[in-house]
Amino acid sequence: MKKKKVVQFIGFFLLRVSLYVVLAILLLFLYDIGRKGGGAISWEFISQPPRRGMTEGGIFPAIMGTFLVTMVTAVLAIPLGMFAAIYLNEYAKQTRLTRIIRLSIRNLSGVPSIVYGLFGVILFVNILKFGTSILSAGLTLGLLTLPWTITASEEALKTIPNSYREGALALGATKWQAIRTNVLPYAIPGMLTGTVLGLARAAGETAPILFTGAAFYLPYLPKSLSDQFMALPYHLYIMATQHHAIQQVRPLAYGTALVLIVLVLGLNMTAIIVRYRMRRKRRW
Amino acid sequence: MDIRPKIETQNLNFYYGTKQALRNISLACADRRVTAIIGPSGCGKSTFIRTLNRMNDVLLRTRTEGEIWLDGENINAPGIDVVELRKRVGMVFQKPNPFPKSIFDNVAYGLRINDGRNRFKIEEVVEKSLIEAALWDEVKDRLKENAFSLSGGQQQRLCIARALAVEPEVILFDEPCSAIDPTATAKIEDLIMKLKKDYTVVIVTHNMQQAARVSDFTAFMMLGDLIEFDKTETIFTNPANKLTEDYITGRFG
Repeated sequence: MKKKKVVQFIGFFLLRVSLYVVLAILLLFLYDIGRKGGGAISWEFISQPPRRGMTEGGIFPAIMGTFLVTMVTAVLAIPLGMFAAIYLNEYAKQTRLTRIIRLSIRNLSGVPSIVYGLFGVILFVNILKFGTSILSAGLTLGLLTLPWTITASEEALKTIPNSYREGALALGATKWQAIRTNVLPYAIPGMLTGTVLGLARAAGETAPILFTGAAFYLPYLPKSLSDQFMALPYHLYIMATQHHAIQQVRPLAYGTALVLIVLVLGLNMTAIIVRYRMRRKRRW
Repeated sequence: MDIRPKIETQNLNFYYGTKQALRNISLACADRRVTAIIGPSGCGKSTFIRTLNRMNDVLLRTRTEGEIWLDGENINAPGIDVVELRKRVGMVFQKPNPFPKSIFDNVAYGLRINDGRNRFKIEEVVEKSLIEAALWDEVKDRLKENAFSLSGGQQQRLCIARALAVEPEVILFDEPCSAIDPTATAKIEDLIMKLKKDYTVVIVTHNMQQAARVSDFTAFMMLGDLIEFDKTETIFTNPANKLTEDYITGRFG
C-alpha cells in the first residue's frame, strides 16, 4: 500500500474509534441508570408525593416543580432571547461595542451555574423580594439560559440568506417588514430549536435553584409562583448525598435520575425533530 | 422621438470606508430606453447601479457624495423616503433570489407589504406581471408551487415579475444573466427589450454582446471612473477612447 493510503487508513481509524468510545460511555451510563433506576419506576412513583421521610412514595411534586420552574424560565428566556438576537443580528451596527457585547454574551454562557444561583439570590430573592420561590428560581434559570438562547437565535438568523432581506427591501419593504415577513418565518424554527435545548439544560440544573426556591421536602404542590417547590435535580442531589438512609433510598435516587434524563431527552428530541422537519422543508 | 433623462447622476462619488469606488460619475439614463453599464470586474458598475435605489444604504461605513436626480428630484436629499424610492426604482439581482414561498406569493409580496389587501386586485396584478415577464404560460397551472421548483432562468423571470408587480418606473438589472444558461439568457434579453416600452432600464453586464444586443446607450467604466458614455452603436463601432476600444475588442478585461 502507498504511504498516503496508510495514513488515511490510520486517520479514519482514529476518528471512528473516538466516536465508538464516546458512544460506549454514553450507552454504559444510560444502561447503568436504567438498570438501577428502572425498578423504581411505577405509576405510583411518578404520580405520588414522597412518604416516610422520602424513603417511600414517589416524586410527583419534584416533576411538577421542575415543570413549573421551566415554564417560568421559558417565559423569560424565549421572548427576551429572541428579541435580543433579532436586535443584535438585524439592527445593531456592527461596531466594536456590538462585538464586545456579543463576546460578553458568549462568555456568560460559560459562567458556572452556581454564580447564577448566588446572583439570583441577591437580585430576585433579596432586592426584588420575590422570596425563595418558583418565580425567583425560574428567573434565575432564565438568566442562565439567555446567553444560549441569544447565541442560538443569532445563529439561526445568520443562516437566512441576505438576498431575502435585500430582495424585500428592493420591493419597497421597510426594514421591519423585510425582517418580519421574509426573515423571521424562516428563522423561527431554528431559533426555537436552540431555545428548547437551552431550556432542557436549565431543567437539569441544581445550583441556580439551590438558594432561590428549591425545597428539601414538600408533601404538597406549589399553589402560586411565590411558593417554594421540589425539583428533580435537587431531589436527586438530596437522595444521592444528603439523605439519612442513603443506602435504602438508592433505587429511588436512580429512579429520579432516570425520570430526569427521560424528560431532558424528551425536550431535546422535540428540538431535534423540529430542526429535522425544518431542514427537510428548507430549500436554500 | 425626444429623449429625456429619467435618472441622472451628477459628480457621484462613493466610498467603502476610505476606498473610493466611484469617482465623479455623471451619467444620464434616458426615459424608456435601456442603458447598459459595462466594464471589467471591480470597476464599480454594481456599486453604481446600487446607488440608484440606495441599496448601498444597508452597507456599513459607506458614503455617497454628489447628486442623483430621479425626474428632477434628488434621491439623496434628507426628506426622501427610501421605501417610496425603491417602489419607483425596482431591482433584479445577479443571482435569482426567489423567496421560499409559492410562485403566487412571490409576485404578490410587493403588493402585500405595500398596503394592498384587496385579493381580487392582487390576483389581477400577479397575472399581469407574470404575463409581462413572459412566465405566465409556464406557471399558470402551478401558482401554488414553491418558487424553488422553477429552473434558474424561470426563477429570474419570476424575480422580474415580482419587481414589475409594484409598478416601478425604473428597473435596475445587476448582471441578471450571469447565473443562468444561454437559452434562458436569450429569453431575458428579449424581455428586457420589450420592457423598455414602459420602463426605464439600467443593466449592468459583463457580457459585451449582451450590452450590444439589448441597450440603446452604453457606459464603459473602469476602476471607478466613467471612461465613455454614448449610444451603444457608437461605443461598439467607433469608440472615442482608446481604453474603450481595447476593452470591447477584448484586449483586456
